[in-house]
Amino acid sequence: MTHRGSRVLHVGSLARVEGEGALHLAVDGGAVTAARLRIYEPPRFFEAFLRGRGHTEPPDITARVCGICPVAYQLSACAAVEDACGVTVDGSLAELRRLLYCGEWIESQTLHVHLLHAPDFLGRAGAVELARTHRAEVERGLRLKQAGNALVEVLGGRAIHPVNVRLGGFHRTPHPRELAPVRERLRRALDDAWGALRWVAGFDFPDAHADEDLLALAEPGRYAIAGGVPTVVPGTGAGGGGAGGGRADVRTFPVREFAAHVAEEQVPYSTALQSRLDGRRHLTGSLARYAVSGALLSPLALEAAREAGLGDPREGAVCRNPFRSILVRSVEVLYAVEEALRIIDAYEPPPRPYVEVPPRAGTGHGATEAPRGLLYHRYTLDADGTVAEASLVPPTAQNQGAIEEHLRRVAQSRLDAAGPEGADDAELTAWCERAVRNHDPCISCSAHFLDLAVDRR
Amino acid sequence: MEGREQEHRPRLAVWKLASCDGCQLTLLDCEDELLALAGRVEIAHFLEASSAPGPGPYDLSLVEGSVTTAEDAERVRHIRAVSRRLVTIGACATAGGIQALRNFADVEEFRAAVYARPEYVATLATSTPVSAHVPVDFELQGCPIDRGQLLEVLTAHLAGRKPGIPAHSVCFECKRRGTTCVTVAHGTPCLGPVTHAGCGALCPAYGRGCYGCFGPSDSPNLRALVPLLRSDGADRRDVVRLLRTFNAAAPAFAEASAEVEASAEAEASAEAGASAGGPAEAGAPAGNGDENGTEGPGEDGPRDGRSTP
Repeated sequence: MTHRGSRVLHVGSLARVEGEGALHLAVDGGAVTAARLRIYEPPRFFEAFLRGRGHTEPPDITARVCGICPVAYQLSACAAVEDACGVTVDGSLAELRRLLYCGEWIESQTLHVHLLHAPDFLGRAGAVELARTHRAEVERGLRLKQAGNALVEVLGGRAIHPVNVRLGGFHRTPHPRELAPVRERLRRALDDAWGALRWVAGFDFPDAHADEDLLALAEPGRYAIAGGVPTVVPGTGAGGGGAGGGRADVRTFPVREFAAHVAEEQVPYSTALQSRLDGRRHLTGSLARYAVSGALLSPLALEAAREAGLGDPREGAVCRNPFRSILVRSVEVLYAVEEALRIIDAYEPPPRPYVEVPPRAGTGHGATEAPRGLLYHRYTLDADGTVAEASLVPPTAQNQGAIEEHLRRVAQSRLDAAGPEGADDAELTAWCERAVRNHDPCISCSAHFLDLAVDRR
Repeated sequence: MEGREQEHRPRLAVWKLASCDGCQLTLLDCEDELLALAGRVEIAHFLEASSAPGPGPYDLSLVEGSVTTAEDAERVRHIRAVSRRLVTIGACATAGGIQALRNFADVEEFRAAVYARPEYVATLATSTPVSAHVPVDFELQGCPIDRGQLLEVLTAHLAGRKPGIPAHSVCFECKRRGTTCVTVAHGTPCLGPVTHAGCGALCPAYGRGCYGCFGPSDSPNLRALVPLLRSDGADRRDVVRLLRTFNAAAPAFAEASAEVEASAEAEASAEAGASAGGPAEAGAPAGNGDENGTEGPGEDGPRDGRSTP
């Protein structure tokens, strides 16, 4: 069936994303006139009910925003509250936090690569269908994911909503011998991570170009995970400044100024709020991290990136093709496995499992790199630690504008490629879904401030 | 072999209402069992995992999340209608979840606090469990649910028997694990005595008190526990906070937190007149003849989710 006139495509329930979303695409003649990612995940009001809670509570409470990346919420919350209280957590406690975060990166990125994203490249509906033809690859992915989960479990007690994170550190820190079994697992996972990367490197990648500003945290000397300074690699589009999206015009701003740079904005065609970085569309997540910190990857991960065709970030290579984000995620998994092994090998138990975080009046800011991108928390506390105000800015809310733009472009390019014959609805819809899944959107996270009453036709 | 078995495989559906995705993720976290499971049941509807949802009816539906919108109230009736058995998974679906904190507050004020254009956000005044809307065959508790317990529910379904999920408290699991009691040894406030087993007594094993994420056990004695929490240093505000998290609207927890709150208010107004009242008595709720504290007319309030705003 072909269509020459105007039509509206609608995917009522997006599959293989976390949370509930829908696509809306309007086409008139050969032109896309509207492309929307509609969020219908019900609001849960975290920022409202955090008010009045104790300052020790946000890590456990905000973990429940997202079962896919609870560690990210716990550690952004800790960073923000500790900042409000004037406490710095460093040394081996900070290393243990990074280790815990590596576990979440491994399991969460692997989940996306193998179970959610890879089926798109191989024309399968999901991992179960994929396993019928690629059983060994799916099993390898599950094994890798399991290694990440095992790491979160040993440090956190369980993989989803870990119980061991607290302000100032941990309730209990592990004895080195408790880490020995997971170390063995991670050594095997290193081979699996290589294998997985080589597998996905063989996929067929459509052309696409994300011209947005890229926002990620940066840390001196290493790939930023559990903290850092917000850093922007300017986009290649109009007004972006950088001709090739290069590193010449990289700018940074302190985390405490996050709200001054990343602001919610109401767009005219929909009632949904979206974030803008200094008034422009931006992208956070794997592509942004790779652009900001890629040069600081380990030699092994750099070799893997080169082998996968991502070029050498030390020579300015930046990946701006969202379809290839699966490669960057796979490199990040490999890096996280290697980094976890490094931290375990260097681990010496800290003298105390946590540092005290006595409450005081003030406002604190915290940001970490959730698997899907930069996650920012802000809390204002009363003198006794009671939360007076809370603000959470998740990565998918920041990415929504870019996702819709990529959706529009992918649909337009398929329409153009199909020529006068016209692309059929099913094909166009499949491409639109792929454009969304490229960004691993976590809709459960975004729902806290995206509203619902968008056009429901 | 696949062809013949496929015809007779029970059909499984996984649904999501207001939630964090963590409980359905637990299914994908069964790395060792996932592919074997997919051979035994037809995973007919699981949007997080597959873009090819099959039509109902389904032999078993797992439902994650609570009902917070009129659409979801309608959806849950549809899910019930197309499911032979319906099992709720997690604190949201069985007790309303953390988002049920709105049940204790003014949802209009919540809406205005979070959204720039609150009038566009459709939501109910309460977050309610699935059981407040349709009959439920089994409720699996936990925030999140335990992987082993989920597999037990699925295995029991395949075998046509009742799931073997103990309904006793976390204390039993602590004893079995050989963990030193954090309350007895360190005076740490702990909800273990009133909390449903299933996590394996994780928190005490990590040196912290249980925070009740599995919700109430089958016979929680909050009247006995609250004074104990108080004597371990938790003030009334701490106790209310402890009871009002992921299972805040579970009747036993909701009633106890309301009583503690009421006694705090009563004391505050008494103090305005004269200074009196021993701290040992402070935790005991006043003026209520209900002995058990787990059931009673009080539970109807926060569970009534059928009203629209």
